[in-house]
Amino acid sequence: MNVPEYIAKSLIRDAGIVTPDGEVARDSRAAAEQARRLGGRVAIKAQIPAGKRGKSGGIAFADSPAETEEKAAALLGSEVAGHPVDAVLVEAAADIERELYVAILNDGSTRGPLLLFSREGGIEIEEQGETILRKELDIRTGLDPATAREIAGDDALAGVMQKMYERFIALDCELLEINPLARERSGRYVALDCKMTIDDSSRPRQKELFARVESASGPLGTALEQRAREAGLYFIELDGEVGVLANGAGLTMTTLDAVHLHGGKPANFLEIGGEAYTKATVALEIVLANPRVRSVLVNFCGAFARTDVMAEGVVQAHETLRPSIPFFFSIHGTGEERAIAMVRERLGIEPFDVMDDAVKAAIAAAREPAGVRA
Amino acid sequence: MILRHDQTVLVQGITGKQASFWTEKMLACGTRIVAGSSPGKGGNTVSGIPVYDSAVAAAATHSIDCTVLFTPPMATKLAVFDALEAGIRNLVVLAEHVPVHDVMEFVAAAKAARANLVGPNTAGVVTPGECAVGIMPGFAENIFQPGSIGVISRSGSLGTLICLDIVRAGFGESAFLGIGGDPVLGTSTADALRIFDGDERTKAVVIVGELGGTMEEEAAEYAAQTKMSSRKPIVAFIAGRNAPPGRRMGHAGAIVIGSRGSGESKVQALRDAGTTVLDSPSDIGSVLRNVLS
Repeated sequence: MNVPEYIAKSLIRDAGIVTPDGEVARDSRAAAEQARRLGGRVAIKAQIPAGKRGKSGGIAFADSPAETEEKAAALLGSEVAGHPVDAVLVEAAADIERELYVAILNDGSTRGPLLLFSREGGIEIEEQGETILRKELDIRTGLDPATAREIAGDDALAGVMQKMYERFIALDCELLEINPLARERSGRYVALDCKMTIDDSSRPRQKELFARVESASGPLGTALEQRAREAGLYFIELDGEVGVLANGAGLTMTTLDAVHLHGGKPANFLEIGGEAYTKATVALEIVLANPRVRSVLVNFCGAFARTDVMAEGVVQAHETLRPSIPFFFSIHGTGEERAIAMVRERLGIEPFDVMDDAVKAAIAAAREPAGVRA
Repeated sequence: MILRHDQTVLVQGITGKQASFWTEKMLACGTRIVAGSSPGKGGNTVSGIPVYDSAVAAAATHSIDCTVLFTPPMATKLAVFDALEAGIRNLVVLAEHVPVHDVMEFVAAAKAARANLVGPNTAGVVTPGECAVGIMPGFAENIFQPGSIGVISRSGSLGTLICLDIVRAGFGESAFLGIGGDPVLGTSTADALRIFDGDERTKAVVIVGELGGTMEEEAAEYAAQTKMSSRKPIVAFIAGRNAPPGRRMGHAGAIVIGSRGSGESKVQALRDAGTTVLDSPSDIGSVLRNVLS
């Protein structure tokens, strides 16, 4: 889960990291009001879940409340990097001497937290090249003061790193990035931006945090994606025409790849893996509710999940919904004899023996003009 | 880890619905399950297997080579610590949705204890004809046959499809190592490759990878540095090559972040290391015939 900048900043402020004075505003008059309260030069920052915001025109500066109102009005309601802007953060502009980069993230290679530090802040990590310092940390011992001091070079910066680490652990972060971290002429460090991603698996012990972010950002995703989530299914809406229903993340990804490989475009990612394999009925309803879908490809490979149980759900849903678009099946693994017989007998459809043949047939059917089909 | 038929197994969380179901299945595969554990359930039996309150209690009575953890995600960390305290040196962690910080902590603890840990978020490991640990259908003869192909997979469902195609093509598996779909894992693709490199029954290795992270690139680096392809051919399939960036494709680890983790980067690295990369899993049989001839 991505945490909006203004919430992320309040969370690091709780740990004693300095952030610029400011408030979020949802209309231009509120933005001007903030500028008046702050006095002097302000930064107006679009609240969107994307990096490279400055380059995309998502950050403006203003020297007066009137200018703030004008620039906030231009940002609000516009799109920055493909994201609609419904809020801006109005902050006192910092007295910057130098911009730095600090991040802590979960690293799959070292299997522990990784601290990244660069004295060239303000630019994206991908552009950092070799100037970046990478420090592997042991989550059992954390970031001790001596190590932080050694990396940072001064106590104030070491303090910021330790506070970041404390937040990273306490909030189950996947990523906590301050970029830029500004050093003011006074020697004080100020977090001008903060990117925070929370591990979705930590939800049971971070309930308050998830509730706070979700109530602030509203429900994520398209209407169908929300409906799937409520049904306990993981669904991603895509822009193609071949509806896909498969079991397990790996097999579902592979099914989408096969559709691409043979020249088609999938309409969705939807897996009924793990415990969700009994939810084929509701899953199929969601696939068919997508108006772009012109054919449906069902690809099951049973291991833990039994294909006859999954097929039963799909056959039932097919009988109930009576879809007008054609279906193509590839069924292998645990329970396949029963599953194949069920599809053949109750739907009059012959499953394909090779997955790629089912994929090709589904693509060909999706290309036919709608009127041609019986 | 490659388990053998004579190795003894503990089932942690054995009294749960899934665990008791799969205990029967694992026994049917020949797995030597000697004990189960479940907090507060000590003294009971499941499928004739004695249940203890903890792994430590089970290890006081039985010699245990391996444990498989059927634990809820939030209880998994303590269960791993229990197993390590019991002195068990091989752990298979099945739970999905374990917080990553917990995973990093118990993976570090396992390493310090010199224990092998597979998972989390894995379907388990299978040695066809000998034993199976986890929720893979080790008993299904159309999927698992004793043979010489080592299979490494981040996915249970796709790994099953690949194994099915391997058996259909007339081959069998030396072992199936489900390494798991999480971003941080106890056994990486490169670790598993190293295991098969040293396993004399294995003549070729199939890597079933997917987008996200850099594990396949690290495995490619191992293969290139040790010139493994000249000893044992490596065939790979990478799922999610067409996945939209920034979206999690079902597995917590299957996500492209910025420029990291794309399927194409993995395909390139593996090809550069002398690996045959498949465009479709259906090609596995013909490619194995080619590389092993």
